[in-house]
Amino acid sequence: MARERGQLVFLEGLKASVDVFFHAHEEPHPLQFLREANAGNLQPLFEFVREALKPVENGEAAWRCPVLLVDDLSLLLSLGVGAVAVLDFVHYCRATVCWELKGNMVVLVHDSGDAEDEENDILLNGLSHQSHLILRTEGLATGFCRDVHGQLRILWRRPSQPTAQRDRSLTYQYKIQDKSVSFFAKGMSPAVL
Amino acid sequence: MAAVATCGTGAGSAGSMAAATSSSDVTSFQRKGPRASGTDSGVPRLVSIAGTRPSVRNGQLLVSTGLPALDQLLGGGLAVGTVLLIEEDKYNIYSPLLFKYFLAEGIINGHTLLVASAKEDPADILQELPAPLLDDNCKKELDEDVYNHKTPESNIKMQVGPVSSSRFGHYYDASKRIPQELIEASKWHGFFLPEKISSTFKVEPCSLTHGYIKLLHFIQNIIYEEGFDGSNPQKKQKNILRIGIQNLGSPLWGDDICCTENCDNSHSLTKFLYVLRGLLRTSLSACIITMPTHLIQNKAIIARVTNLSDTVVGLESFIGSERETNPLYKDYHGLIHIRQIPRLNNLICDESDVKDLAFKLKRKLFTIEWVQDNYLRQERNIYPPGFSYLLKQKDSAWGEGSLQHSTFLMSFLAKATAFASRLVRHGEPLKQTGSGRIHQAAGPRLWHDGRRQEAPGFLGIPP
Repeated sequence: MARERGQLVFLEGLKASVDVFFHAHEEPHPLQFLREANAGNLQPLFEFVREALKPVENGEAAWRCPVLLVDDLSLLLSLGVGAVAVLDFVHYCRATVCWELKGNMVVLVHDSGDAEDEENDILLNGLSHQSHLILRTEGLATGFCRDVHGQLRILWRRPSQPTAQRDRSLTYQYKIQDKSVSFFAKGMSPAVL
Repeated sequence: MAAVATCGTGAGSAGSMAAATSSSDVTSFQRKGPRASGTDSGVPRLVSIAGTRPSVRNGQLLVSTGLPALDQLLGGGLAVGTVLLIEEDKYNIYSPLLFKYFLAEGIINGHTLLVASAKEDPADILQELPAPLLDDNCKKELDEDVYNHKTPESNIKMQVGPVSSSRFGHYYDASKRIPQELIEASKWHGFFLPEKISSTFKVEPCSLTHGYIKLLHFIQNIIYEEGFDGSNPQKKQKNILRIGIQNLGSPLWGDDICCTENCDNSHSLTKFLYVLRGLLRTSLSACIITMPTHLIQNKAIIARVTNLSDTVVGLESFIGSERETNPLYKDYHGLIHIRQIPRLNNLICDESDVKDLAFKLKRKLFTIEWVQDNYLRQERNIYPPGFSYLLKQKDSAWGEGSLQHSTFLMSFLAKATAFASRLVRHGEPLKQTGSGRIHQAAGPRLWHDGRRQEAPGFLGIPP
């Protein structure tokens, strides 16, 4: 629905990457770092985000509270961007979207688990420290189960006051269906009850 | 992993925002086949391509991998526009076989092939493809030919024309070569790295290895020239392009991730996979890649490569390992691990319940079967059902204390069948400890009068 009302701006990485890789552009493309030899920075991408979310100045009621969804930041590490550059990008976007435009940001990062991906760990830790809400999905510790696909941990954080209050946390388990996900409390799967 | 969006949409009217680059589609995956659940209203656009069928699960167009057993495990086949990554086995014996099955399936169905290799000339690879097994209709026609033209006995198995069958997957005889006429009748493009790399090619330096850049440009050229992505106004292609890349990531491609742990160009392979997947998503093609992941020193790269591929299948052969002498595996040649299946256009993927799959290669058939613990089968009749037993796995295929243990036990107990499982290390049989009835799942009487009468769960033995 947001797409129909013109409220959705979608940058599709796969399509844009083919475009920028095979054809040279004069003005910097948001995914310009794909053409660069060394670890580039994400400034063109940030410029694209800022342009897209700039409020329209033609007198109509501007869009309020934009939401920036990034899927997914770990992929940028695979494409040669350093973890620090990604954190810089997140910082710039946060300053623009959250503070200036009073919006929200949602980013997705993969946890490498035991794969010992140091860059990914740097990114994950850096983001965890500056996030207000962390949603962590993981598989069950006992392995594969047909009825419970995994569990979701929700952690509320207050980055500004690190020691003021205890962070609230909740855990749910879920089962994925074709187009939706059903959540239930631990041990309360419909298959067991 | 899921990301939950906190929506703060404003109530303002739709502004006319000009975005720098945006696509009108929500997903990069366009539905190419008809929805199987829908009625016959409207002619399906691309159903006329030979060798494809729509998926019953999500409507994607599928092609066969050349192995009907693998097709079944992947949810019907390989979706058009996706990458199938085969993690090679240690001595690279069985992964070329899967590679050749894929290409042979393309020839049988009349698809265009693109074969890329740094080690072998693609023409030689095509000569070594396995011969398809004839089904009865074709055999009958051949018998008539033999009668009429009196061809000698030795030519009976040769085909006189292309196999025109409407089946989705075919079986191949690994001991015979594909007939020469079929190769000559097919359309294929070869990319042999030593030939291509000698010519000079002016390209901006980016962190991709030279070989990868050339291969990407070659693939993109073929896709555009032959119209597989629909952007060429002259050429309207209604065929599938099957791309096969052999030993990607090996040192022969100029990449050093298999040689050292901290390499200079550690992003070369991952960037290649990303751009390749971008090319595939917008064209009628399917790609198989074999990669020697057991040689990659940096484990993080393997995880990234897995995330960047759609379907990942790992092969582990028993040659040279201690499993070769394990009586459990005496019929099989190796294990096959389905590591990842993509979620296309829906949230759930077609995961099967069985996780321990082994393959065996007979001359005509490459079969994949679930490996059962032999102890279980033998002693099912020794320990009568309905009793409680001490459960311990002995000499099983998995390591001690692994996750597979607990899931196997839990899933086993959850079954509604009556027999109980093993295994007691003591010599004499145990005395019966329970009442003989194992309560499988809580029934309606659980909440009969507002109080819990029995605890739910698998091992709740009623008093």
